[in-house]
Amino acid sequence: MGQLALTGLLCTPALGAVLLAAIPRYRLAAALNVSLCALTLGCAAALYRHRPEPSLYLLVDDLNTVFLFVGALVGFSTSVFSAGYIAHELQTRRLKARDLRFYHAMYQLLMFAMNLALVSNNIGLMWVAIELATLTTVMMVGIYRTNAALEAAWKYFILGSVGIALALFGTILVYLAAQEHLGQGMLAMAWDRLAASSASFDPSLLNLAFVFLLLGYGTKVGLVPVHAWLPDAHAEGPTPISAVLSGLLLNVALFALLRFKLIIAGNPHVLAPGPMMVTMGLTSLLFAGFMLYRRRDIKRLFAYSSIEHMGIITLAFGLGGPLASFAGLLHMAMHSLTKSAIFFGVGYISQLEGTQRTADIRGLTHSQPLLGWLLVLGVVAIAGLPPFGVFTSEFLLVTSTFARSPWLAIVLVAGLLIAFSALVLRLQGLAFGDTDKRHLLPAWRLAPMTLHLALVAAAGVYLPAPIVAWFRHVASQLG
Amino acid sequence: MSPLDSDIAHLLAGSMVLLSFLLLYQDRMFALLNVFAFHAFALAGSVAWQAYLQRAPHLFITALIALLFKGVIIPVALRRIVVRLGIHRSIETVVSIGPTMLFGIALVGLSIVVMLPVTQAEGPFVREDLAFALSVVLLGFLMMVTRRNAVSQVIGFMSLENGLVLAASGARGMPLVVEISVGFSVLIAFMVISIFLFRIRERFDTVDLQALDMSRGEAL
Repeated sequence: MGQLALTGLLCTPALGAVLLAAIPRYRLAAALNVSLCALTLGCAAALYRHRPEPSLYLLVDDLNTVFLFVGALVGFSTSVFSAGYIAHELQTRRLKARDLRFYHAMYQLLMFAMNLALVSNNIGLMWVAIELATLTTVMMVGIYRTNAALEAAWKYFILGSVGIALALFGTILVYLAAQEHLGQGMLAMAWDRLAASSASFDPSLLNLAFVFLLLGYGTKVGLVPVHAWLPDAHAEGPTPISAVLSGLLLNVALFALLRFKLIIAGNPHVLAPGPMMVTMGLTSLLFAGFMLYRRRDIKRLFAYSSIEHMGIITLAFGLGGPLASFAGLLHMAMHSLTKSAIFFGVGYISQLEGTQRTADIRGLTHSQPLLGWLLVLGVVAIAGLPPFGVFTSEFLLVTSTFARSPWLAIVLVAGLLIAFSALVLRLQGLAFGDTDKRHLLPAWRLAPMTLHLALVAAAGVYLPAPIVAWFRHVASQLG
Repeated sequence: MSPLDSDIAHLLAGSMVLLSFLLLYQDRMFALLNVFAFHAFALAGSVAWQAYLQRAPHLFITALIALLFKGVIIPVALRRIVVRLGIHRSIETVVSIGPTMLFGIALVGLSIVVMLPVTQAEGPFVREDLAFALSVVLLGFLMMVTRRNAVSQVIGFMSLENGLVLAASGARGMPLVVEISVGFSVLIAFMVISIFLFRIRERFDTVDLQALDMSRGEAL
């Protein structure tokens, strides 16, 4: 059963990519895209109960089931959103039918690459999968072929490749450290063996390796100072891709970083990886918080907010300990859901208003009440106000930081407040004010956004006991 | 391993570092492409020598990829692109050559200082190989930072990647080296194709990336 689910998780998107590349009719392709994503979601859910035996290449454990499920869920609802979004893009002639064929195939390929990166037990395979995910998103960011889109794609491409090159050097160093004890060959690249026996590895090699890995995969997480690709890629690509980038790809890169952190943490003589992650996380939080004030493009605004939240999550995992890791996991899940919901809304808004400039968008709660208020709720949630789940995780993180290192907590709270007021400031202009425009959107198109926000609100009010137990167990493993 | 064996390995890996320096100060596009072809040849030789020393026949595939793909096909393709786009005259650099070279020397020093102590447990041979590889990687970075032209940035990236393949082939018995070098070749092919297909020149009238910076979307 577990083996079947794992096969389904990888084969559904891989075969789907081939299939969708062959289907010229976009309505059929969009429907198929949704059902393939639903199937993948089903497989990911099945993996929670039924785990296959780990092999040298693939591994399903408590840590990656969290990421797999959140990823598959966001992937599924984004495919629903995407079906409505691309129909409009086709009407306005921004995309042609041929582009859409390519787009759908790439979407499934991206799902495949991310699932593979998450379930891989081999650090080399994980690297290859993340490279594949980068390539597919580069292609999708540049799909509009405008100057700005090409520039964003090129920048993402170059920075992403450099990041991935650094990560490979780190991976080679980890292998070198491992091969003395585990022998040459595949065993010395299998993550579970590495994590189990890292105590006897050469600590200085691991130190060096982690610096490369942190910078390399950190580029893909979007940590400051290697974040420069992220706002452009979010702003210039199609909005479903912005949602997938923020909701999924950043998480996958963070997951890779966590896997290596677990290897490093198993060795008592190595420089603790935590403080480095805390520093990068805090820097990202503060930097992005300040950058939020000057954004004039609505998608860039929320892209910087993603940098901010990835900073918070990295900080939480860097801090470590059961409570902070729990907060990090919860925040990761909540941020994925909330941010993708916001991007669903932003996608419709920029289509209806015909612009991404925040100065030109106003009075959304009057012109399109349902969408406008959903956006207000989304921004309130991402800013960290109760009763949403983001508040819960941020509150947990702040309290655990206060208990352990009060000075860090002061910086953390300052960063959160800076970002909060920037978002509220922008929200006022976007959502309120007079306007005589009226747009009506069929209600089903808002279903994914509503679903995500409902989940986040529910998690903020009441977190079911099985989920708490699951997250707590993973957090205890993360140390 | 006899002293001669490791001397040959050092010669080949060391010549890659030297060629990286040569890449740094080229100011003509065709010369840059030629030097890069030699860089790829040196990599092919180095990997082939490792394959022979480690009795690892699969590494010969990596060497062959380096020789044919990076040594011949890519330089020829880039040369045609350069002619098509008419950008063979000169290369825009951000920093002038003198400081760049000095900085490059500092980077090589840094990689030796960093790598040699941490790899004490490895054999002397792996240690120096890794130090060379890290130097090539860092020099590749330096080149990408100091060039503004899309074609020479790609060459910088490829020289960086050559350093990575050198490191991977030097790490004894590392699996997936062939797969990784194939993966990188795909990445590079994408880059070259995208320079060509997206006709960066037609759209911006230049392959100078500074012009791309104009369309950031923030200058509204």
